[in-house]
Amino acid sequence: MSQATEAGPATPRPAALPPVVDAGALGWIRKNLFSSWGNAITTVLLIAFIVWLGSFLLNWAVLKATFSAESGKECVGTGGACWAIIGAKLRYIFFGSFPYDQHWRPLFAIVTMLGMLVLSCDRRMWNAGRLAIIWGIGTVITFMLMFGQIHIPVTLVSAIIFVASLAATLFRRTVADNTERTVYTAVTVLSGIYLILRVLGVLPSYSVPIVLFSYVETGSWGGLAVTMILATYGLAFAFPYGILLALGRRSNLPLIRGLCIGFIELIRGVPLISLLIMASVMLPLFLPSGTSIDKFLRAQVAVILFAGAYIAEIVRGGLQALPKGQFEAADAMGLNYVQRTTLIVLPQALRVVIPPLINTFIGFFKDTSLVLIIGIFDFLKTASQALVDPLWTGFPGEIYLFAAAVYFCFCFSMSRYSKYLEHELNKGTRR
Amino acid sequence: MAALNGTSTVIQLDQVNKWYGQFHVLTDINLQVKQGEKIVICGPSGSGKSTLIRCINRLEEHQAGSIVVSVDGKSIELSNDVKNVEAIRKEVGMVFQSFNLFPHLTILDNLTLAPIWVKKMPKKEAEEIAMSLLHRVRIPEQANKYPGQLSGGQQQRVAIARALCMRPQIMLFDEPTSALDPEMVKEVLDVMIELAREGMTMLVVTHEMGFARSVADRVIFMDRGEIVEEGPPKEFFANPRNERTRTFLSQILHH
Repeated sequence: MSQATEAGPATPRPAALPPVVDAGALGWIRKNLFSSWGNAITTVLLIAFIVWLGSFLLNWAVLKATFSAESGKECVGTGGACWAIIGAKLRYIFFGSFPYDQHWRPLFAIVTMLGMLVLSCDRRMWNAGRLAIIWGIGTVITFMLMFGQIHIPVTLVSAIIFVASLAATLFRRTVADNTERTVYTAVTVLSGIYLILRVLGVLPSYSVPIVLFSYVETGSWGGLAVTMILATYGLAFAFPYGILLALGRRSNLPLIRGLCIGFIELIRGVPLISLLIMASVMLPLFLPSGTSIDKFLRAQVAVILFAGAYIAEIVRGGLQALPKGQFEAADAMGLNYVQRTTLIVLPQALRVVIPPLINTFIGFFKDTSLVLIIGIFDFLKTASQALVDPLWTGFPGEIYLFAAAVYFCFCFSMSRYSKYLEHELNKGTRR
Repeated sequence: MAALNGTSTVIQLDQVNKWYGQFHVLTDINLQVKQGEKIVICGPSGSGKSTLIRCINRLEEHQAGSIVVSVDGKSIELSNDVKNVEAIRKEVGMVFQSFNLFPHLTILDNLTLAPIWVKKMPKKEAEEIAMSLLHRVRIPEQANKYPGQLSGGQQQRVAIARALCMRPQIMLFDEPTSALDPEMVKEVLDVMIELAREGMTMLVVTHEMGFARSVADRVIFMDRGEIVEEGPPKEFFANPRNERTRTFLSQILHH
């Protein structure tokens, strides 16, 4: 849009350039590092310190370091790092006490989970169908590899089929044609009959075994696979669960709101460690004798509940940041609650909370290491356990630096992804 | 406008009352709107004029009295029944003071969202309607931009097109030009005048008295939650009967 002045067609003034302030690298150094005697001395001292520290680290980590050795004794007295311990203990650190000859299984499980995560990071995969396929296949592969065999209980499957076909019968009543409706009804009735017979005890319980490899129980799992399973599935469940809690907390129905507030406050008011100990020690006391829930599963559920409460509060912040006009516009158009929430409210609310959300994700990835309290061998635990070997005692620095580097890789990728996501989602919406 | 005499009533408000806590925002509102009628509602701020039209599509709940909206020969009374509310909202479009476009969706997606999800219209058909409406409000070239990239006047025209995309029988305008820079008011009013000429039933809360003069069949003046005076614009502006109306008009028509 042009703005003509009343004065008539005067020649436009040429646009003035900003004054040049940058005088090259040398100018910058003079201005910022040597502007006065005090500054110059500080600069020189700091440079000396950095050089000393750098040479020390270089000596310790590279020049005097031992990269391969038969045992820790060869490292003693060199004055350098003993990286040989990492090489010697690498497989234990990554796979824990998983049977030695089967280590490729957790390795591929880790790769599968990484693939799953990387694929879900892509915006093009963000629809229910694609995500369901990615996570469905990824999950089956991961646990098939970890357990080696899966026993699918027919009762559970038929219960799921029953619920699904019942839902289809009810919700597609108006849109489906005759054949489709008949199929839904038939499946519902058949699975229903099976369930009734099962409950009455007429049919025995039966499960379909899929046996590919030797069975490895969760107690033998360890290392990076454990950390990744806990974090990946912890957050994959906690995220939608946290969103539901946040929506529930803002509900108009007092019962739902009360339950959500109560749950969030209760979980947030308790340390994760106490929750884990409750899950591992106290829960079995309340269960009828003879029943047992896997310890790993209990820890996983505790992590999900805990993360869910935190995610809920972050999402609530995003919901509250949304202008009232957005809700009103959606209402005025006749969108119902679910449509309004999924199409208008959540896409905007979640966008606002990406930085704190990823912050929480990073925090939880590291917090999964607390499961070592209840005797689950996650990555940090297997790393520290590697130090127990009498052949290799005395090099905790090297081991923990290595563990820290691995954690850092994961956390830093998440942080970069958060940055990319913010940029990507705000494309075009900025002025 | 004698032509309206034979047409049917589309909105009927009987003794509508509403309170915010102890504050009585709407007092015994009675109002009948005929098909194709254009009504301008004016009044000082806090007089309840926005609340009144927001009650018609249930963005605000009234506590006493009845509001009935009749579309396609069916009369629907506003109640707590969500089905009724949604049925009315399908037929009543609304334009807000602050546009309220969805910033995360393109202009085209803003327009097609409700037709696709509420009316279950095929995407292609919805996009065709949306594009023809964008032509009507004279910004088809902006279809793939985001709301944040448009000027206020353009955004408000998009908001009008978005409401029209649902093919509503009635349009509510809640101070559509109040948030606009002065040079953009006209482009929005032009669209509204065009819409009025095409026979849309319109309830417009506005301070644009020029618009009221040229378009309105009836001007309603509200103060302290009551309808103080109403009449055809000629009469209303030439010799207002009520003292409060005179004061208000002298305040906004000071030059």
